[in-house]
Amino acid sequence: MSGIALRVAGRHGQFVAWTFAASASALFGLALVAGFLLLAAIGPSIVPYPADATGAMHLAQRLQPPSAAHWFGTDEMGDDIFTRVIVGTRTSLWIGLTITGIATLIGVPLGIAAGYLGGRVRGVIMRTTDVFLAVPALVLALAIVAALGPGILHGVLALSLVWWPGYVRLIEAKALTLRSEPYVEAARTMGAGHRWILLRHILPNCFSPLVVKASMDMGLAILGAASLGFIGLGAKPPAPEWGAMISVARSYMPDWWWYSFFPGLFIFLTVLGFNLFGDGLRDMLDPRSARG
Amino acid sequence: MIRYIARRLGLLGVMLGGLVLITFVVSNIAPSDPAALAAGPDATKDMVETIRHEYGLDRPLPLQFVRYVSDLLHGNLGRSIQTGDAVADDLARYFPATMELVLLSMAFSVLAGVPVGMLAAVWRNSLFDHAMRMLAVSGVALPAFWAALILQLVFGVWLGWLPTSGQLSVATSPPPAVTGMVIVDALLTGHFAVFAEAMRYAVLPAFVLALPSIAAIVRVNRAEMIEVLGSDYVTAARAHGVSPWRVIGWLALKNAMLPTLAMIGLRFGWTLGSTVLVETVFDWPGIGLYAVSSAIASDFKPVMGVTLIVGVTFMLANLVIDLAYGWLDPRTKSA
Repeated sequence: MSGIALRVAGRHGQFVAWTFAASASALFGLALVAGFLLLAAIGPSIVPYPADATGAMHLAQRLQPPSAAHWFGTDEMGDDIFTRVIVGTRTSLWIGLTITGIATLIGVPLGIAAGYLGGRVRGVIMRTTDVFLAVPALVLALAIVAALGPGILHGVLALSLVWWPGYVRLIEAKALTLRSEPYVEAARTMGAGHRWILLRHILPNCFSPLVVKASMDMGLAILGAASLGFIGLGAKPPAPEWGAMISVARSYMPDWWWYSFFPGLFIFLTVLGFNLFGDGLRDMLDPRSARG
Repeated sequence: MIRYIARRLGLLGVMLGGLVLITFVVSNIAPSDPAALAAGPDATKDMVETIRHEYGLDRPLPLQFVRYVSDLLHGNLGRSIQTGDAVADDLARYFPATMELVLLSMAFSVLAGVPVGMLAAVWRNSLFDHAMRMLAVSGVALPAFWAALILQLVFGVWLGWLPTSGQLSVATSPPPAVTGMVIVDALLTGHFAVFAEAMRYAVLPAFVLALPSIAAIVRVNRAEMIEVLGSDYVTAARAHGVSPWRVIGWLALKNAMLPTLAMIGLRFGWTLGSTVLVETVFDWPGIGLYAVSSAIASDFKPVMGVTLIVGVTFMLANLVIDLAYGWLDPRTKSA
């Protein structure tokens, strides 16, 4: 890259960072996401009662309210809720990454095939996508888990299988417009093959909408898995998963409300964080679609 | 318009076919043997084989699919192990309660979302605008089941204002069934005390379901309103001396209609899906609770039944919204 190009790229980078930093909500989202990732990374080694994460038994101190020793109180086994909620971030992180990852791996190739190839291929792929979108994701996931049997792996698998259609829609629309961009047509006239065009022009330009959607979906996927856990079809106690914790805690409402309150608060903050972060990313990477 | 409707109906047919195929495939990925499940735990091997033959489960998959479709066309969705009744009858019993909740929550979201979005745009960057934007962002991120538990705690237990579970108190006898929706039936048959009670029971679950939709409708209405307020015809109307609130009320209402309608279409499916969670928390006797209790008991015929009926309802709702859209905005018909 020449000096001028480098300087322009640097300016552009500065501008992009400035757009993001100018938005208080995007920064708040970034802070929440960073906190979430940090807890997922070091959480298990900083919690006060590591043994409680996998379900130890201290029946003498069951269902205690929040105190200095137990910030979020204790559950029906006497386990420290703070420990379990913090360790739960790691569970949520891999759930979110797996679901968004699988959905991207299924959805992006299909979306590119539909948008770039067009014709009959597009018809079949898009109709299939529409059918999947016509059943609310949670209901379809519930049906798949009911067929496979409950469990966290089945829950994650079920959610992944219902999550991809959104990516097909997104990428298809993008690939469709890119296909007739002058520079793509120019490349084609100059004899570039499909492979070249896809790898050099289509894929790189799908990248920013993809990143935006994936970051918002991280939160929603975690929420989806927590919902299955809450119903009793996802993670099973004593696994430290937020939804499953609330599922048990529900029977201890209203007297022991803190038991449901804190895991729920963490779900809320995580989803909120990824939402705001994704919103900020969109304003930064794709200013034209920014909201008024 | 007729061609548009015909094309839209054709598409609906394709989608319905796809939906049936999905539920068939999902029913067949089950690792457990459906014949053994239907025969019960004490069945001998011979009994299981008899049932397998009787249900056609020993035939090739394409033939099983044909039989599945013909069963569906005859309204046969199988039998629920838990209730012992035909799934179709169970669905007919539980579906109205769910629709009642969904429709009420949609009404809440429009009644709250449209005016709040409008005012946020008019008082742009005011404290009200910022507060509403915070609420709108939080509304989408709230886990419905958790919000339900917290609202139960605050309004049901701490304040004691609202009941926290069921559709009516046990002492109240439900109104004579007309539509199956308690609130509507109570109104239609003139049982106003029952109507008031049913509304009190429905407020919390409907509100929890409405929260994300309120947030979404506030968002689109605010954006739409800001655009309208900056347009030439608003300036012209003002220059002609039309009072500001009349301009806002009339133009906003007219312009809010399309995006709100589109948003309702988008949110409808989500709301229908979330009844699974909200009905569980509020013990609301609808298809969501029915699906959950069946799924936990590995009784999957009812779950497939619920999946089908939810899918069909969502498709029909989208059809109605598309047609209304085409009627309100003729440009969309050619798209």
